[in-house]
Amino acid sequence: MTFKRFEGGQRYIADEGLMASVNAALALRRPLLVKGEPGTGKTMLAQAIAEGLGLKLLSWHVKSTTKAIEGLYTYDVVQRLNDSRFGGKDVSDIRRYIHLGPLGRALTSDEQVVLLIDEVDKADLEFPNDLLRELDEMSFTIRELDETVVAKQRPMVVITSNAEKDLPDAFLRRCVFHYIEFPDKERIRKIVGVHHPNLEHKLLESAVERFYKLRSVEGLRKKPSTSELLDWLLVLTRAGVKPEQIEAALPFSGVLIKQEQDRDLLERVRGRPGWKGL
Amino acid sequence: MFDPFLMNLRAEGLSVGLSEWLAFLEGVKTGLARSVDGLYHLGRALLVHSEAHYDLYDLAFSHTFSGLNASPELMKAMERWLENPADFDAARARGEHPYKSVEEMLEAFKKTMAEQQERHQGGNRWVGTGGTSPYGTGGRANMGVQLGEHGGGRSGVRLAEERRWQNYRTDQILEVRDFAVALRALRHLAREGEEKLDIDETIDATAKNAGEIDLVLRRDRKNRVKVALFMDSGGSMYPHTELVSRLFTAAKEAKGFKSFDHYYFHNCIYQHVWTDYEAGERLESGKVLERLDPDHRLIFVGDASMAPWELFTKSAALGMPAPSGLDRFEMFKRKCEAAVWLNPDSKKFWDHPTVTAISTVFPMHALTLDGLRDAIRFLRAPH
Repeated sequence: MTFKRFEGGQRYIADEGLMASVNAALALRRPLLVKGEPGTGKTMLAQAIAEGLGLKLLSWHVKSTTKAIEGLYTYDVVQRLNDSRFGGKDVSDIRRYIHLGPLGRALTSDEQVVLLIDEVDKADLEFPNDLLRELDEMSFTIRELDETVVAKQRPMVVITSNAEKDLPDAFLRRCVFHYIEFPDKERIRKIVGVHHPNLEHKLLESAVERFYKLRSVEGLRKKPSTSELLDWLLVLTRAGVKPEQIEAALPFSGVLIKQEQDRDLLERVRGRPGWKGL
Repeated sequence: MFDPFLMNLRAEGLSVGLSEWLAFLEGVKTGLARSVDGLYHLGRALLVHSEAHYDLYDLAFSHTFSGLNASPELMKAMERWLENPADFDAARARGEHPYKSVEEMLEAFKKTMAEQQERHQGGNRWVGTGGTSPYGTGGRANMGVQLGEHGGGRSGVRLAEERRWQNYRTDQILEVRDFAVALRALRHLAREGEEKLDIDETIDATAKNAGEIDLVLRRDRKNRVKVALFMDSGGSMYPHTELVSRLFTAAKEAKGFKSFDHYYFHNCIYQHVWTDYEAGERLESGKVLERLDPDHRLIFVGDASMAPWELFTKSAALGMPAPSGLDRFEMFKRKCEAAVWLNPDSKKFWDHPTVTAISTVFPMHALTLDGLRDAIRFLRAPH
């Protein structure tokens, strides 16, 4: 095999399926699309791949207003205008006003890099489609210079999505897809251990049990995620809540369940047999 | 190479494209799979694009490969081949392959599969013979894969047979995006209004003009379409809540409608409609009717099933004479010609007196992608 193989990172434990997906993306030179609930370590994965392969990581955090072209480059025409009128600088070289974006830098880099396109679903519906050509051909044109840039080293592209919006089919077909499952109890205990190392064992056990019970309620709009569990545990310890109290009721449930509709749903679920004290 | 697998995937309803399939085969040939487990993961990474389809993939995979469990020799040969596909001939020379060629081995595989399928016909074909798998964790040691916490000796076939992704399945395929794309067809852009300074274009033009100010004026590009959405939140609509809320999200986020209003009603429109159902904020339906312009596009969403008196009785509370529910719907229709009804219920429930009555007032379409497209075609040109 001629590609570098990913075997997991030092601090990142990848399961077999995830490693298979990463290696397929590396070998077949396709972008890796990682989906999963918040708190499943999607963003961390890109770091782990970069570390594992000894490559530099470039991140592009997508927002609702992000345009595909910004990832490639921006042309600071206002600065140029300002310079020409008041700056007394030489403005004949447009190149000075072209700034490369993360994707642009990844494509022009001399060495291979890992490019993270984080939360691609945050942007406009058409955003992923606008990236297709550049990701496929690994080249782009700077219109203002009439110059085509071809990647020297094809970057490993990792794209994450929270599934807020659905991605276009044409885009999906070009990606290697992997869905990261929400961590199971054993794994979440380890994650909690990293953040709150001095937690009382019994409290942790009860809290984790309750947390998963809560997540199993059908019809929740927003299931509580890892970060909410961590916050909740912090509140519980600060308030000196005893493990028995967690078993009897759900103190500070507002930390876990934030949406009005979900609170109403819980109210209804509590009445059903087997869900008492939720 | 794995034609039966492709056939099974398609039979489960996965639309596997040619380019993905070729990528999968290329992956196998270059030795990416390395084992039957690896084959499972490789296929899933390349051929499936949503966790909602993982379960369909599991079904197709176990259907295709469960025959291997019954044939240890074939399984061993396949594993050996997957581990290093380029090395087949050399391995054969060392006596590690009982088959003359890859083709012969795959032929044997197809045959085993066909037999297996026959044996399981009528029964639960996915239960298979998982326990007799001739290989376990041992084979993995030399593959150099660092096992994660999910480790253990589960074979690809058994992973598939676990069907752990069943809960992620959504046979409900309509997503916000589908709605959004369909609604986009409603846009009707036209340049109208006063000329305004287009700042971005002006800056661009001025810069290109070496700094000499070059003003660019432009009429606003405006979408003239006004949309009002009326949603039934009656009890019988409860099973459709998710679907309707997706339509609502798509409509609300759709950029560029000149106006977008939404109202809720319970089964039928009476004296009031709600602007916020949960908070109990309501508005007289007469007021709503006044607010509407004749060029408004109205979309009603509801199952249209109710007790007949709810639709046909002409008296409101306190015995006062008042228009019936059906009368009110007709008033809306008279005001705005471009009005449709979307019904989330399956068409087999439409044979109901109130559904029939309402569909004589508004063209009724199913709340499916095709239905929505038809509805929007009507809304664009309601003549």
